[in-house]
Amino acid sequence: MFYREAGDFKTSYKDDNQTFPIRLDRMGYYIVMFVAFCVVPFFVNDYWVNSVFAPFLIYAIAALGLNILTGYAGQVSLGTGGFMAVGAYAVYKLMVAFPDVSIVIHVLLAGGITAVVGVLFGLPSLRIKGFYLAVATLAAQFFLVWVFNKVPWFYNYSASGQINAPERSVFGVIVTGPNTEAWAKYMICLVFVVVLAWVARNLTRGMMGRKWMGIRDMDIAAEIIGVNPLMAKLTAFAVSSFFVGVAGALFFAVYLGAAEAGESFGIAKSFLILFMIIIGGLGSIFGSFAGAAFMVLLPVLLKNVLVGGLGWPTDLAAHLEFMVVGGLIVIFLILEPHGLAQLWRLTKEKLRLWPFPH
Amino acid sequence: MKFTKIAAASVTALMVATPVLADLVFPSLSYRTGPYAAGGIPYADGFADYFTLLNERDGGIGGVAIQVPECETAYNTEKGVECYESTKGQGALVYNPLSTGITYQLIPKVTADNIPLYTPGYGRTSAANGKVFSNVFNFPANYWNAASLAVNHLLEINGGDIKGKKIALVYHNSAYGKEPIRTLEGLAEKHGFELLAIPVDHPGQEQKAQWLQIRREKPDNVLMWGWGVMNQVAIQEAANIRFPMENFIGVWWSGGDHDVTPAGDKSNGYKAVTFHGVGDDYPVFGDIQKYVVDSGKAAGAGDNIGKAIYNRGVYAAMLLAEAAKTAQEIHGTADITAAQMRDGMEALEITEERMVELGMGGFGPSFTVSCENHGGPGTGAIQQWDAAAGSWKLISDFGGSDMDVIQPLIDADSAAYASENNITERCN
Repeated sequence: MFYREAGDFKTSYKDDNQTFPIRLDRMGYYIVMFVAFCVVPFFVNDYWVNSVFAPFLIYAIAALGLNILTGYAGQVSLGTGGFMAVGAYAVYKLMVAFPDVSIVIHVLLAGGITAVVGVLFGLPSLRIKGFYLAVATLAAQFFLVWVFNKVPWFYNYSASGQINAPERSVFGVIVTGPNTEAWAKYMICLVFVVVLAWVARNLTRGMMGRKWMGIRDMDIAAEIIGVNPLMAKLTAFAVSSFFVGVAGALFFAVYLGAAEAGESFGIAKSFLILFMIIIGGLGSIFGSFAGAAFMVLLPVLLKNVLVGGLGWPTDLAAHLEFMVVGGLIVIFLILEPHGLAQLWRLTKEKLRLWPFPH
Repeated sequence: MKFTKIAAASVTALMVATPVLADLVFPSLSYRTGPYAAGGIPYADGFADYFTLLNERDGGIGGVAIQVPECETAYNTEKGVECYESTKGQGALVYNPLSTGITYQLIPKVTADNIPLYTPGYGRTSAANGKVFSNVFNFPANYWNAASLAVNHLLEINGGDIKGKKIALVYHNSAYGKEPIRTLEGLAEKHGFELLAIPVDHPGQEQKAQWLQIRREKPDNVLMWGWGVMNQVAIQEAANIRFPMENFIGVWWSGGDHDVTPAGDKSNGYKAVTFHGVGDDYPVFGDIQKYVVDSGKAAGAGDNIGKAIYNRGVYAAMLLAEAAKTAQEIHGTADITAAQMRDGMEALEITEERMVELGMGGFGPSFTVSCENHGGPGTGAIQQWDAAAGSWKLISDFGGSDMDVIQPLIDADSAAYASENNITERCN
């Protein structure tokens, strides 16, 4: 009744092509933006930022990155953790080497460095596909973590191999280090997420995104109609790695404050982000957010309900959490293989017809 | 409708970090799941059981009841941060995360929040320098003491000369395992032995390659910095290549009962460093049995009493309880805050008399903590596994470590931390 195209007259091509063509969607988007920017920062405390918002927003960036590569361009990658490590170590080296340069620039540069590394490891994708490419990116994962453990230059020769984020500020507000205010930590993550999601959405709607999807759906056909597979695959790797690198940089500098390659950026991280995009929905911007929210919030929620609410022993709750999360992943894959994004899409389709479905 | 209900339930559930005031809160960031649970469970049990004992027998500390809320970290730094943030609001007095990785995360955070962090025998070794690390304490001993104690033992059994010997270090490839390398390099230079560092990646279930390397290189001795499942696998692999167990020395975290029992008789003679007594032949354990286990209030199954890692949990809890008591005396209030707890830890004095009173005579060293020295005396002994008896035996006296090598390293590392973080030295 309310959720429909009818009555929302478009008078230009620009209006016709906008991301949210339905008025209610647009309103929802503006309300979310308003709440995220103007309401949440006044109410967040350390617990909410460190347990919920910072991991959710940062994982959303990583999921966006992997979704561009796997969801849009169809190149399976298991190297996400390794690329996040590149971002983290790059931002660390930059922060220490150039303390006067803004952290925002460092994070973007770290993304750029990760993009270069991503393209290097993406080169094999020109010759190999599917499972074989997954194995090649798996090699990247192990190689990168090994390098960051092995070469002391990356961690400035510290005794323990840990990297620690020094204190840096944006416009005089501290955003890294232990003295960061909760809202500052939240805002820096939010700004990066919003800008990068906007970029991702528009890239995937444009020529580049169509090339990626062409390669994903049938690479030979795409090549015949004039898509250059070399460029399409390498740009997918570059853009994806840029996103993942930014996520890794924020993960280390803003969220954790200290990290070590093997523990923070191991193979488990690669799988976590892969699960996020599978559950959220491959080839969907909204899906990246939904998947990140699902994988970050569900364990915290279960823990608070079972241990905080019901007073269960912590080990029982932790084991149950594994089973519930694992079970839900299986259920999702069986009932809705296209993820949460598809559920959302179906809901919207039904809403258009509501309340007269026939 | 259903969705809004779920959403509302989620929001309330996320907010249930309810602060309970007027109790002394000692959060236990434990891990009872994952590849490190074998060590995490007895430690968390010992830590909780000692506080339960104080509640049951003495009515808490200075008449105030104690709470030990547990939070599962699975030895994972992200979960550790989540646990820290969720328990911080409950009036937490001190954190003891039993993880070097989480310790590194928490050092800046606790300093900003002015909550003490207690890392006995683990964590960042240079935190022993109280001039730089105001809120971190790692008495009575640290990793670098352990490295030195192990080398001292080798000196002792080799008549004071280990020149030209080859010593391998099998270590967990993380901040924890890398900590002793610098000290061992210093000691290698001083005593003229050759150090061979062999990393084992998390979680350490697969060590065939590492032990093949050991078989090929034929080191005279193997030191181990392992934790969790890595310990059991390493001891089994050492037995498989018939490496003589008496030449194999683990750090105190590789010296649990559960580490040696899977290899059965083959682990007989395995050695480990320890900074406290072994066995259950101390009156305090009788009290724990009587007041805690027999009344069904034990944190675990109650079958870990006297085991090495359980004892360490009890010992850590005891030192924290004594520090809380010191803080109550200094500030003249029974209901102390985290900042007052920090003062108590810095003024802690453990005497042999007090240890006897607590039913732990001879269990650990006598020492005083000061503003400059947060690291304690750094004494320790070597324990050896007797597979037939199924127990550890001390085979050396509690001796000191080589502070000539360690102190300059502590000073250098803490100075680096101070300059990175613009910290001015305290205690002047």
